[in-house]
Amino acid sequence: MKTLFQRPHALLPVPMHYCPGCTHGIVHRLVAEVLDELGVEGRTIGVASVGCSVMNYDYFGCDMVQAPHGRAPAVATGIRRALPGSVVFTYQGDGDLAAIGTAETVHAATRGENITVIFINNAIYGMTGGQMAPTSLPGQVTQTTPYGRDVKTAGYPVRVCEMLSTLDGVALAQRVTVDNIAHIRQAKAAIRKAFENQLAGRGYSIVEVLSTCPTNWGMTPQEALQGLRDKMIPYYPLGVYKDVTKEEQA
Amino acid sequence: MEKILMKGNEALGEAAIRAGCRHFFGYPITPQTELAAYMSKMMPKVGGTYLQAESEIAAVNMVLGAAAAGVRAMTSSSSPGVSLKGEGISYMAGSDLPALIINVQRGGPGLGGIQPSQADYWQATRGGGHGDYHILVLAPSTVQEMVDLVSLAFHLAETYRMPAMLLADGMLGQMMEPVSFDETDKYPPLQKPWAASGHGGKRPHNVINSLYLTPQTLENLVVERYKRYEIAKEKEQRAECFETSDAELVLVAYGASARVARSAVMQARQEGLKVGLVRPITLWPFPEKALKDTLSTAKGYLAVEMSMGQMIDDVKLAIECQRPVELCSRTGGMIPTPDEVLAKIHAMMGGKA
Amino acid sequence: MIKELQTVFAGFGGQGILFAGKVMAYAGMMEGRELSWLPSYGPEMRGGTANCSVCLSEKAIGSPLIVHPDALVVMNRPSLEKFEDSVVPGGVIIVDSTMVDAPVTRKDVEVYSIPASELADKKGLSGLANMILLGALYHVRQFCTKEHLEEGLKKCIPARKAHLAEGNRTALQLGYSLV
Repeated sequence: MKTLFQRPHALLPVPMHYCPGCTHGIVHRLVAEVLDELGVEGRTIGVASVGCSVMNYDYFGCDMVQAPHGRAPAVATGIRRALPGSVVFTYQGDGDLAAIGTAETVHAATRGENITVIFINNAIYGMTGGQMAPTSLPGQVTQTTPYGRDVKTAGYPVRVCEMLSTLDGVALAQRVTVDNIAHIRQAKAAIRKAFENQLAGRGYSIVEVLSTCPTNWGMTPQEALQGLRDKMIPYYPLGVYKDVTKEEQA
Repeated sequence: MEKILMKGNEALGEAAIRAGCRHFFGYPITPQTELAAYMSKMMPKVGGTYLQAESEIAAVNMVLGAAAAGVRAMTSSSSPGVSLKGEGISYMAGSDLPALIINVQRGGPGLGGIQPSQADYWQATRGGGHGDYHILVLAPSTVQEMVDLVSLAFHLAETYRMPAMLLADGMLGQMMEPVSFDETDKYPPLQKPWAASGHGGKRPHNVINSLYLTPQTLENLVVERYKRYEIAKEKEQRAECFETSDAELVLVAYGASARVARSAVMQARQEGLKVGLVRPITLWPFPEKALKDTLSTAKGYLAVEMSMGQMIDDVKLAIECQRPVELCSRTGGMIPTPDEVLAKIHAMMGGKA
Repeated sequence: MIKELQTVFAGFGGQGILFAGKVMAYAGMMEGRELSWLPSYGPEMRGGTANCSVCLSEKAIGSPLIVHPDALVVMNRPSLEKFEDSVVPGGVIIVDSTMVDAPVTRKDVEVYSIPASELADKKGLSGLANMILLGALYHVRQFCTKEHLEEGLKKCIPARKAHLAEGNRTALQLGYSLV
């Protein structure tokens, strides 16, 4: 019998704790598929960051290190410098990457640290129960913006890929999403490129994945995906913000 | 072995490189900057990594990453910077990672000053970050000892799988003394089968982690860690006892203030006063045994510190408050003089031999 | 020969105060002494006050911070004012009189006033008043052999500055003959 579809080797056979409709599971699978396809699981070290995805150290089959909140790029830097032949990725949420860890993110990026960053942007703090994130949209109701995010007092959302694309150390900055099959395919191609860049020594690659949080958005999974299409994508346009391989060709 | 004249800060760097450390992550702060500068000069020559991080927080977390990957890694800073490193130190303790943190102390609190101080004793010996944990704390009092304790610190950190801190101060960091280095590495790195260095398809994945959401699991782990701490307390206490065999008054001082206390003890002995000095070399574990041993002759104790009195608590605990313990101290970057200590000795001994 | 000597060098940053102390420390090491060299440090890296304490002894050095120096070498007025009273009775004060326009008032110490900066300029040794003063101190307080002192000086000059060695040695030797 021919096997047509199976769990990627780099994803361990354990149940995940994510809520129904959460997109973490899809992104985990894409990362694991890429690790399999590139044949690098055995020399990969993943860095789990604080947030809903922190326990992905139990899901990925490669060696894993759990970082303090926001510090995943620094921890990844330490690993990458200690093990020159390794493949290192961080898996960070929006609070981790764009609030408490902004300094670490910007400086790992500008150093051209040769790592791959998977950035889950779902516009909310999930693990702590739905507070405003640096990427929460103007007007978005969260536990800590009960009257909607008022940009006069709470400021504006951070567009991470646009910001990082100005830095010379960045090899790839691309925003994708996983709301339908076509987008999932694009997301996987971006993640694959982000790892290939590392193997080629091109520097810091970030793939921002627009994601949903049905639980904390107070929506069904279907409504959440529609909300992502209606509100998030217009504010955070999908696309390639920087790609040094394209620049080389041009 | 040939002696060379070196600044304490530079000697720390050279000692670390000789101990096999190839990964240094720093951030500038007075009075430890010469150490980072030395590393930036030497690491490229030995194929190592010197990285100036964007903050002390980033630096200590780079150390966490490198330590998780299984290499000897270190960072250094001075008091305000070490406060920022508290997060990473707690996480490393919670992840059972060995690493070396150097604190060349200056006056505090806040931005404080840049002159020598010992006011971070509590921070160092009580962990400095959140949670139930200890780190190893070593306190050199000469430049040669700074060299010797660096390799020991890495060794103990790996043996007990816990971070180690070398607690120095601006005086030791800035001063020069003759030093010699061992030709061979006394403590080569231990095997680290737990490291997250890539499983190569040959073993289950390793996870370096400090998160345990099940209280019982976390309690078990902390209790297991404290059993290791007990072994360290039993086996690793170190102190130098100077003129203590018949001492009626025992001075207790570490690091720079121990040098001042030693001068005072020598003067007191010339006057015929039975005074001695216990100099803790390990601050955690605190040398309780060495102090208890002095109880047979000691009628009193005098802690000499460059703080408002922090180590004095451990002196009282070590002798279980069986004798009076007094304090002679300066703080804020002031250094006590031997005369000040001698005056206190006279006051405590009634000026009589 | 003197085996126990606590010396404070003090002046402005940039006058070679720390360097003079370092030469003395190296010389002490050549001689097999226990020693320590402790600089003042801080934000005044150029033009502010600078000083260093050098302890030479046959016994392990206790506090490296000298409170009562046996010898004081001063290259500016604020330093004389700061340290004059701290010198032990019977000690020695060596003053660069080009830079210090005030007299030493102590009567219980040996005082040598040397226009070191002026002499250095005249002899084509600009910037080496520090070595002239160290030479003078050596002449009145022989803390090591002359060979060890000059060997110590060599050790303090890095290879890339080797061209400065001769001038430093000339200045040091000039100091020997001035008191």
